[in-house]
Amino acid sequence: MKALSIQNLTKVYSNGFEALKGINLDVEQGDFFALLGPNGAGKSTTIGLVSSLVTKSSGCIKVFDIDTDIDVEAAKSYIGLVPQEFNFNGFEQVKHILISQAGYYGMPEDQAEPRADELLKQLGLWDKRHTAARALSGGMKRRLMIARALVHKPQLLILDEPTAGVDIELRRSMWTFLQTINAEGTTIILTTHYLEEAENLCRNIAIIDKGTIIENTDMKSLLNRLDKQTFVLYLNAPLASNVTLAEIDSRQIDETTLEVELQRNQTLNDLFDALNIHGINVNSMKNKANRLEELFLALVDKSEATL
Amino acid sequence: MSSQFTRHKVAFNTLFAREIRRFIRIWPQTLLPPAITMTLYFIIFGNLIGSRIGEMGGFSYIQYIAPGIIMMSVINNAYANVASSFFSAKFQNHIEELLVAPVPNYLILAGYVAGGTARGLCVGLIVTLVSLFFTHLSIQHVFITISMVFLSAILFALGGFINAIYARSFDEISIIPTFILTPMTYLGGVFYSISLLPEFWQNVSLLNPILYMVNAFRFGMLGASDIAIEIAFGIILFCIIGLTSFALYLLNKGTGIRN
Repeated sequence: MKALSIQNLTKVYSNGFEALKGINLDVEQGDFFALLGPNGAGKSTTIGLVSSLVTKSSGCIKVFDIDTDIDVEAAKSYIGLVPQEFNFNGFEQVKHILISQAGYYGMPEDQAEPRADELLKQLGLWDKRHTAARALSGGMKRRLMIARALVHKPQLLILDEPTAGVDIELRRSMWTFLQTINAEGTTIILTTHYLEEAENLCRNIAIIDKGTIIENTDMKSLLNRLDKQTFVLYLNAPLASNVTLAEIDSRQIDETTLEVELQRNQTLNDLFDALNIHGINVNSMKNKANRLEELFLALVDKSEATL
Repeated sequence: MSSQFTRHKVAFNTLFAREIRRFIRIWPQTLLPPAITMTLYFIIFGNLIGSRIGEMGGFSYIQYIAPGIIMMSVINNAYANVASSFFSAKFQNHIEELLVAPVPNYLILAGYVAGGTARGLCVGLIVTLVSLFFTHLSIQHVFITISMVFLSAILFALGGFINAIYARSFDEISIIPTFILTPMTYLGGVFYSISLLPEFWQNVSLLNPILYMVNAFRFGMLGASDIAIEIAFGIILFCIIGLTSFALYLLNKGTGIRN
């Protein structure tokens, strides 16, 4: 079953701006799906339309086969939304925010309270349960938004840049948490500017640019399309200035740092063979940029060029 | 009971409880000021000036104005509660908590209006208790008194909701109360009987819906009114139906809340 199916969805704002130009998108139940795109591409508009915060101009949205034009209430009950901006009442206590949200979904307080307690403990907010939300740190506010979106046990969780401005430790703990609930059956749609996040978490991906879906495939196939990869090598001894590696594009950054570019038909073994010929020893190495980032930039550049 | 009915009932109760919690949490801004302001009204207009005015409509002046002062507190607070609460929800974007949830628009309206009505009635009760320190009050017609105060609170809570839908800044939720609601209240027969006015101004006063609320409420408490009670109920019910329809139309259209 499809958790989300979007057909020919358009959105023209009252000022005439065409945010979505007839997009089609399917997300399977149980998927961890990335919706990527540059700023202003139409990601948040798409999420707003799916969650009923924005009214569509035309097209069809189905959530677990329920057409939002026919039964929007039933469709909404499947969705949990973590928006980009903090949007809770800062004067309300953390626990009240969760219990109220559960109530809006029809969950009575005797069920909502234990569910809220469970999420507060899982997300490390238990000690702050009686604190006014505005007094929380930025990371805690993000976790509160996730807890609020999950309180009614949604089957489709939509996260709009959930880790923006979050430190790396918290980001990684959020990744683990999201992977756990995905493994338990919750379908997740994620938008993020951290492409490493999308690459690590998501199985399928769509890239949107200027209101059009320019790529929609599985993560593995997309990464396999990478024509070249750039590595930065940290050497254990200064390099002679006239070294050239056979058949491998390389560039010396400083006397102990080398940047090499491997084409699709070249392997790391080819690289190390070339390094061995010159007696170059490598202490450590890293990808210059995240693989998905390289593809993303190439696809968005290509989309710009065709416009 | 259908599961949908039960879900909606829980959602309404949640919103209503949240609204009650809100105005109780900020009681120094919501419940205390009307008590102080109305105490001053009773001292100045009731005792000091009222003792020189003598009787009005067969009652001491303080007795005559007490129902109007209670009604004035009810409608001001019912209006202010919904206007500020709904506008704050828009301003802080936490209205989105409701918009993404399976809560139909009529329940959103009902929850906010119920919250505003509850604050109006709480303040009405507080002011009634305050008035007992200054004068003797009795209720001649219990049903008319209770139903009129209840309907008036609902009507002005609806007004506050529509104001908040259109408002784009905090200034815009204070313009209507300051420049329209307050003058209408003062000219709505709270402090005088319209029989004291020249005929032309009596007729102009009849266009003011607050006149009907104040007089019907006064009739319920004292048994005296400048207008027919049936007309008062008819006008207020008509206004409630009109404003409810308009508020639902705006919500369904997404005015001020959805892009």
